[in-house]
Amino acid sequence: MTDMQTLYLLVPLAPLAGAILAGLFGKQIGRAGSHIVTILGVAVAFVASVVIYQDVGAGNTFNGTVYTWMVSGGISFEVGFLIDSLTVMMMLVVTFVSLMVHIYTIGYMSEDPGYQRFFSYISLFTFSMLMLVMSNNFLQLFFGWEAVGLVSYLLIGFWYERPTAIYANMKAFLVNRVGDFGFLLGIGLIAAYTGSLNYAEVFAQADQLAATEMAGTGWPLITAICICLFIGAMGKSAQVPLHVWLPDSMEGPTPISALIHAATMVTAGIFMVARMSPLFELSDGALSFVLVIGATTALFMGFLGIVQNDIKRVVAYSTLSQLGYMTVALGVSAYSAAVFHLMTHAFFKALLFLGAGSVIIGMHHDQDMRNMGGLRKYMPITWITSLLGSLALIGFPLFSGFYSKDSIIEAVHASTIPGAGYALFCVLLGVFVTAFYSFRMYFLVFHGEERFGKAHHAHDAHHGDAHGDDHAHDDHGDHHHGLAPGQKPHESPWVVTLPLVLLAIPSVLIGFFTIEPMLFGEWFKGVIFVGDNHVGLKELEASFHGPVAMAIHGLQTAPFWLAIGGVALSWFFYMKRPDIPAAIQRTFKPIHSLLENKYFFDRFNEIFFAGGARALGKGLWKAGDQGLIDGVAVNGSARLVGWIAQMSRLFQTGHLYQYAFMMIIGVFILLTYWINRG
Amino acid sequence: MTDIPLLSLAIWIPIIGGLLVLATGSDRNAPLARMLAFAVAVAGFVVTIPLYTGFDATTSAMQFVEMTSWVPRFNINYHLGVDGLSVLFVILNAFITILVVMAGWQVIQDKVAQYMAAFLIMSGLMNGIFSALDGVLFYVFFEASLIPLYLVIGIWGGANRVYAAIKFFLYTLLGSLLMLIALLYLFMQSGGSFSILDWHQLPLPIEPQILIFLAFLVAFGVKVPMWPVHTWLPDAHVEAPTGGSVVLAAIGLKLGAYGFLRFSLPIVPDAAQQLAPLMITLSLIAVVYIGFVALVQADMKKLVAYSSISHMGFVTLGFFIFNPLGVEGALVQMISHGFVSGAMFLCIGVLYDRMHSRQIADYGGVVNTMPKFAAFFMLFAMANSGLPATSGFVGEFMVVLGAVQFNFWIGFVAATTLILGAAYSLWMYKRVVFGKVANKHVAELEDINGREFAFLAILAFCVLAMGLYPFPFTEVMHASVNELLRHVAVSKL
Repeated sequence: MTDMQTLYLLVPLAPLAGAILAGLFGKQIGRAGSHIVTILGVAVAFVASVVIYQDVGAGNTFNGTVYTWMVSGGISFEVGFLIDSLTVMMMLVVTFVSLMVHIYTIGYMSEDPGYQRFFSYISLFTFSMLMLVMSNNFLQLFFGWEAVGLVSYLLIGFWYERPTAIYANMKAFLVNRVGDFGFLLGIGLIAAYTGSLNYAEVFAQADQLAATEMAGTGWPLITAICICLFIGAMGKSAQVPLHVWLPDSMEGPTPISALIHAATMVTAGIFMVARMSPLFELSDGALSFVLVIGATTALFMGFLGIVQNDIKRVVAYSTLSQLGYMTVALGVSAYSAAVFHLMTHAFFKALLFLGAGSVIIGMHHDQDMRNMGGLRKYMPITWITSLLGSLALIGFPLFSGFYSKDSIIEAVHASTIPGAGYALFCVLLGVFVTAFYSFRMYFLVFHGEERFGKAHHAHDAHHGDAHGDDHAHDDHGDHHHGLAPGQKPHESPWVVTLPLVLLAIPSVLIGFFTIEPMLFGEWFKGVIFVGDNHVGLKELEASFHGPVAMAIHGLQTAPFWLAIGGVALSWFFYMKRPDIPAAIQRTFKPIHSLLENKYFFDRFNEIFFAGGARALGKGLWKAGDQGLIDGVAVNGSARLVGWIAQMSRLFQTGHLYQYAFMMIIGVFILLTYWINRG
Repeated sequence: MTDIPLLSLAIWIPIIGGLLVLATGSDRNAPLARMLAFAVAVAGFVVTIPLYTGFDATTSAMQFVEMTSWVPRFNINYHLGVDGLSVLFVILNAFITILVVMAGWQVIQDKVAQYMAAFLIMSGLMNGIFSALDGVLFYVFFEASLIPLYLVIGIWGGANRVYAAIKFFLYTLLGSLLMLIALLYLFMQSGGSFSILDWHQLPLPIEPQILIFLAFLVAFGVKVPMWPVHTWLPDAHVEAPTGGSVVLAAIGLKLGAYGFLRFSLPIVPDAAQQLAPLMITLSLIAVVYIGFVALVQADMKKLVAYSSISHMGFVTLGFFIFNPLGVEGALVQMISHGFVSGAMFLCIGVLYDRMHSRQIADYGGVVNTMPKFAAFFMLFAMANSGLPATSGFVGEFMVVLGAVQFNFWIGFVAATTLILGAAYSLWMYKRVVFGKVANKHVAELEDINGREFAFLAILAFCVLAMGLYPFPFTEVMHASVNELLRHVAVSKL
């Protein structure tokens, strides 16, 4: 094993070691011990990733097996690493954001009794996510895929006493399992038709797959495979209609909302499709499917962000919408733009979430934006960094989000694949919507009238990030979170604000510095494939004259003015004339209620799927098992026998086992004796 | 290779040891009975270890063969041997016996010696089933193993134990009577041989093949159990004491599945091929129908019992898609199910010992008072829903892959277990473990003690080890599975 290979192993194993130590020996090593070992583990992983990044930059990639998990049916199931430019970019994003979140957690969870458990979980998550991105085969991909789902489940339900949290985590796991169902079938098809689960070996046979029809259906095999795989991505990356778990996942503590449900885990689907570009490129049908799903998510989930009053939920819907943008990019073969947006989004969305968490700390765990306002005076660092994050999110020129989002929009514009027109409409309107809800949040939280500390909070929004020891208070009945009258919010401690600052830097700058190598340079060469029949980023590349020129050009294009329009409208509505939104809400009651109810997805799922499954189960059990099989067949024949037996009851002792035992012993004694005699 | 008759030792150490335990008599000697039973169980496990270490994975031939004439007139032999299909089950069985003795340590205070003896004898008899190569010997062990379990349920069981015990007994006895007829027919046709290996080579026309297949189907299908002859299992589990449930789930259900591999597939391959659609259909019904039924159970043991049936549906599915991934996946699933279902029943037993209730509704918020237990239970619930890195994933993954290879839509239906298994496991977990402390009984719960920690930790280790590195398990199967599939592919007509 070379030094680099040791380093590859170290990247996932260091966080795993931290997780095991903090998880199993949390009591022994204490709170400080737990955060030290886990932070150390993630820091080691980050540093190692930086070294690997430089090594990959020097042209050294790796594709090899760590160990053979199993061999069966002629297929070798392995655990192994593929280290290339795409992997190492993901490794950097994951370990960096994870490190920030680990540090932030020291402040955020300082009073929580589950402190060690929390650190153990987030380190375990880091391990799982690294296994996912570093995999060179579908088995390990699936392992990481489900393992991040498990940790997400554990963390959404971290405060296991809260009914909403343990409902949300089960929902998240089950909805993800629906996606994984498709994913597993996709892997099954790949294994069946290529006899391998190794990426490189599968990609080498991509052309044969494209020329094959699926047995028994006559469908193009490659389309079936890609759509199955993409269904997995729809679950993990929360695309309509499997998006329903993500808003509810906000029940988890805010640090994990930033790490798992914004920056890393939910982008696993995007990463996976980009990784599978040699397959997806061969199926226009699958690409169109991806495109339409992504565009729908981008626009319609954005609308929902407008009506939320919970600060975390606004950010959650914006995440959904941004994931839609990434998916759109995949659909138009602009894989590198999708991954680029994935990266910039990881930074600015983690920043926005952690900023929201800082606000929540300052507000004493009140998450309702209607109780905030004017916080910029009290929380200056949180304010500035959140503003920077919001500008990045809406794609303001020169900010990182501008470069990634504009590239996506340009790629959609250039694309000729079916559905591109609809997608263009969605992503353009989405820019306006994003700007509107982002700055609605910004103005409501940091500007305007100070609405906190009032005796009566608006309380139809649900509770904030309560801490685990809250049940002690709940007995008092009227306990609620938030600031008491006269209390002022305060800036968070340095362990919270430092990550904000460190995340703000890449949120602003990283797009400017990386767009050229990532989108138009050699960085993803040989990793991401774009077929000759797809435009991808080729048109954009032709007109690209450096990031400064792109920003200047951006000022003259529709997305910029749509974003400005969104910001201006939110300023007018929420700063100037707060009566207008209320009036609109009254006037367009049905639309508002449609948005308020999230297009009734949850209600439908609850009634149709959850209720339907329970009713079906009850029906099968009562009618099938108890009625037909036991009632008629088993007990019926027993009664018949019983009736006959009554005739000869006198001869029976009633102890069945005596008969059986006697019978068997008797038979064999007799047989042995009688036969051997002869 | 060694000349020590390892298989005989694996069979007779527990049986003779069990009789010795029985001889300790009344409950005054209960501590002695426990210690002795534990020693016997450990000894029984130790003698099975060379079966793995000395196993030659390159051959499909029977190994550790022992052959002595028993009834010369009818050519009945005491013929033992194991191959890649059976060797792991002998070891698993001996292993589970240790856990069962540990699980009954404090809980069983009544008729201790008899309880321990019943399990030891049952363990020896079941080893006999997995290693018998003579039809009559197999039948004797197969039938005799019913009796200890019948007694365990009938004596140490719950309120409705007599109904459950009789239902269990009659169901399985009726099934095996048909098997006896089939065995006698094969004896006639083979010109007077009870050797299972001879029968493998015996040419048979299709009509008798089908009849024999159906006779075996009833016998083994009841044991598995397959839909629709499964209804004895939930009743038996609910009434059985924890140890009984563990053995029943971990080993008992494997007997029927093993029967398909040792008898149905190789003896009547053409019938197996012809009736495969029927078997696949029944298996898929088990996976889906039973999955839904498991979802709505209010009794934890019933829920896990139904989930067992659903998981066993995967096993029979794997057998009848006739590809290496399917069959090996089914075998892996059987072993894994031994660990996982055993662990699930032990977990429920831990709760039952404290609360004397198995109703999900009586629980809630257990994690607050039993955090260590909650962690173990989480691992096993996840393994039960097939999470990667646990043993529960390996078999399901292989069978789904094998099924997709065979026919996409069969794989499609089978893969729904991913959703259903997670739904019933996690919904139960949520209601029992998560939430606020539901009532004062839950508030008074004490976390697991050292003994409970020990057996749960051992199983947790097994579940994770097999999930992270299944290679050693599948390695011993290849030669035998490939030979079996090659054999099944050749017509006997």
